[in-house]
Amino acid sequence: MYKAKRRLGLVFFPAFDWAISPTHPEREERLLYTQDQVFEEGILDIEGIREYRPRLASTGDVERVHICVPDVQSRTTESHLIAAGGAIVAAEAVLKGEVDKAFAIIRPPGHHSFRIVHGARGFCNINMEAIMLEYIRRHYGPKRIAIVDTDCHHGDGSQDIYWHDKDTLYISLHQDGRTLFPGTGFLNEFGGPNAFGYTLNLPLPPDTGEEGFLYALEHFILPVLAEFKPDLVINSAGQDNHYTDPITNMRFSAQGYARLNDRLQPDIVVLEGGYSIEGALPYVNAGIILALAGLDYSRVREPDYTPEKVAQSPRVSEYIARLCDESYQAWQQRDTLREEYIRGKKEISRRRRIFYDTEGLMETQQETTRVCHDCGGVTWIDSRTDQGRHILAIFIPRDACPRCQEEGHALFESSQTIDYPDGVFLQDRLEDKLFKK
Amino acid sequence: MYVGLDMGGTHTDVVLIADGRVQRYCKTPTDPEDYLHTVTRALDEVLEDVATGDVQRLNLSTTVCTNAIVTGRTSPVGLLLEPGPGLNPAGLTCGAKNFILSGAIDHRGRPTSSLVATEIEAADKELRKAAIRHLAIVGKFSTRNPEHELQIKEALSPTYDFITLGHRLSGRLNYPRRVFTAYLNSAVASIYDAFATAINAYADGRQLPVVPDILKADGGTLSLAASRSLPVETILSGPSASIMGALALAPSSRDTIILDIGGTTTDIAFLADGVPLFEPLGITLAGYPTLVRALYSYSLGLGGDSCLRVRDGRLSIGPERLGPALALGGPAPTPTDALITMGRLDLGDKGAARRGLDQLGDQLGLNTGEVANAIIKQMAGEIARQTRALLERINSRPVYTVREVLEDKKLRPEQVIVIGAPAPLLAAELEAAFGLPVVAPSLAGVANAIGAALSQPTTEITLQADTEQGFLTIPEEGIREKVQRGFNLEAARQRALAALQDRLRRLAPAAAGSELEVVEEQSFNMVSGFYTTGKNIRVKVQVKPRVSPLEGGEHNV
Repeated sequence: MYKAKRRLGLVFFPAFDWAISPTHPEREERLLYTQDQVFEEGILDIEGIREYRPRLASTGDVERVHICVPDVQSRTTESHLIAAGGAIVAAEAVLKGEVDKAFAIIRPPGHHSFRIVHGARGFCNINMEAIMLEYIRRHYGPKRIAIVDTDCHHGDGSQDIYWHDKDTLYISLHQDGRTLFPGTGFLNEFGGPNAFGYTLNLPLPPDTGEEGFLYALEHFILPVLAEFKPDLVINSAGQDNHYTDPITNMRFSAQGYARLNDRLQPDIVVLEGGYSIEGALPYVNAGIILALAGLDYSRVREPDYTPEKVAQSPRVSEYIARLCDESYQAWQQRDTLREEYIRGKKEISRRRRIFYDTEGLMETQQETTRVCHDCGGVTWIDSRTDQGRHILAIFIPRDACPRCQEEGHALFESSQTIDYPDGVFLQDRLEDKLFKK
Repeated sequence: MYVGLDMGGTHTDVVLIADGRVQRYCKTPTDPEDYLHTVTRALDEVLEDVATGDVQRLNLSTTVCTNAIVTGRTSPVGLLLEPGPGLNPAGLTCGAKNFILSGAIDHRGRPTSSLVATEIEAADKELRKAAIRHLAIVGKFSTRNPEHELQIKEALSPTYDFITLGHRLSGRLNYPRRVFTAYLNSAVASIYDAFATAINAYADGRQLPVVPDILKADGGTLSLAASRSLPVETILSGPSASIMGALALAPSSRDTIILDIGGTTTDIAFLADGVPLFEPLGITLAGYPTLVRALYSYSLGLGGDSCLRVRDGRLSIGPERLGPALALGGPAPTPTDALITMGRLDLGDKGAARRGLDQLGDQLGLNTGEVANAIIKQMAGEIARQTRALLERINSRPVYTVREVLEDKKLRPEQVIVIGAPAPLLAAELEAAFGLPVVAPSLAGVANAIGAALSQPTTEITLQADTEQGFLTIPEEGIREKVQRGFNLEAARQRALAALQDRLRRLAPAAAGSELEVVEEQSFNMVSGFYTTGKNIRVKVQVKPRVSPLEGGEHNV
């Protein structure tokens, strides 16, 4: 009989009755074989492993993170709310001390969802991890949290949500954006003016092997985490770095994912993407579960695994070593770099275009943040889509100083709905309220 | 005329039912050293002066296998495992000799690595050298494709007494449970075979017109002949016999709590819309989780003979049973003594019961009447509290579809049916503790034997079709056959029901007309690239579990 060394909570929500469309990668069948493997391994019988039933996240849980246009209901399905609710259930099991770790094996994923949601991007409508984290902070007090995103695609949504938040360190390992959706996630994406250095991107070259991922973990992620000293570590566990994934070009394995989690020892793991539903997901998920529970994962292996399939060239190794070195130095110099970046400015703006690939929609954002030494700073975004929607979204951060909060409300009061026909929104995280006019 | 026999750890109950009424019942002590004699003595007693030619059904629940497993009186088993990739199989090696073989089958039933003939040869040699006669061969995902298990068996010497193949036990996925179930099945085969042979001889000798059927833990029966190859199916059938008895005595179509209050334990079970709740995967025995299908039943260490103590100024009940009640010469006061003192039960030495209660009362600062009341109230309270905790756990079982999350169906019992000897005497306190109406049917003391008599054959099978590979598998029946590309959920349903009908005809010819039902069905499109390449269909069908009701509401005790 087996006994887990660490108590592990599992939320398994395969949404067997939901798909984006019948042949879309994000479809009913996606977690079928993972469920087969988990059931056949008898994992749910193991002493110390406990399965939890997911529940629906509330509108308030979503609005704490997102401004959905026009509202939450029209931008989500029940499946999204259950996936978010499932992540919350997993996190609560840890926070209540019922288990030591939790893994939310849920779908659909969420890490491409930004603060403002006009529709679906990269198979994501709302951001499961962010909804989970802000729920934790609301109900269990302030926390320093590190998100390590190991999905092959840059988690541009999670980055956007935590861009101005020094208490949330977002680290993403992904295939270089010059070769893969969403095309972002470079070294110079380093966080907003009040949280400069708290967004860290490691764009790995195509054909990065097992060695490269584990090198980045040892030489970049773990040292940074040791200095950041988070209360909680989250792994956004996309499984599409796998050598069999049909839409990416990396060479990671089930053993590699298990070893990564064994070393990282995240408190909560949330499933993101990964569409090799037969060749990778059953083995990767089993490997992560065993690694988290402290069980022997050495025999978890894909049927077609060979060392050559996960090998990488010396050129790739050298490139990754340089990348880690450069990124780590930038992290260490983040305060100096911030001073150079701000240079006495009162406000910092950026303008960008955000493509919603799932919907074929283009959004243009003009974002401005008040430079503030006391908090994340009030931020406002003028957002237009090529389908004619136009809104103003104002964000008052969780740790807002009185001045930033006042300025946010003043801006909301003075903004005219005639200028923003689809609404003026104010998300006040201090009051945990969304205002709209 | 139906005869039902339920063999418990202390007592064996037997009833004779004719014209829908209990005509006769008796209770005899179980002799753990001689089960056969226990059975024949009880049957002889209930059949005395009865024209045996009228017996249409004879159902037995037996603890032969349960007891052999619990006491370790089993045959040594050689275990041949094909675990493939995944969990380290070191935790599964429960046999006297264990062999971890190469080879693997994946979740879709595709062989992903081959067997190695020399490994099997070496195992065969070692098993013969050790004079092991009983084997179990179990592969991971063998329910999706049994060919490796069959090939291993083929490659072995043909001289073994008994071989269990994992895929024949259940269509459910759970490799460790499949290993343990196969191991137990082979371990008890020999001891059970001797029992079955003797029962057959007894039936012949008494010139009974029917062969006995054997009770299972799922509230149904299986023929004596079929039970010889699946003896593990006979374990722990007692609680289910009681649940079926409660159903016969107090039929219900509502969410219901069933309590079987015995001497040592109270067994707690549930009905959802009148249908008994099942264990999700199977029953656990002597630390072995199995795939043996069973009605859900939780055993709480609290019964009429539970030992009463005062600990830290508080009354505690059980979980130990030190012996019978003081009134019956036992060593310590029990709830039965409280019932005797309260005048609810006329039994044994009332003075002894009272003296025991007074001693407890002195420590608690209560008089005799108060302490007796407190005992029964506390007992009911503890049963109610445990039942609520179980309900909470059952209602938070995970679900895997959006529809189920939204439905959020919960078990909300509206009544309590209570059976077992002391049941009617506790009804008032239970009613107060549960806040629900309590039904204590007459004949509650032999509900287990009534359930045994009225249970009918049950069986289930699992079909898995993969139209991309062009195969379907029904592991319990050893079926693997080709399917056409157009094969769909409806065709799968029909094929599964036909296979179940065949199985039922073989296992229980008398029950061929039983109602069959689909319990689970799923159909997934399999997509490769952006094209649908086939369907992955899963269907589970079963004989609808049921019990013949008793006629009329009143039965004389």
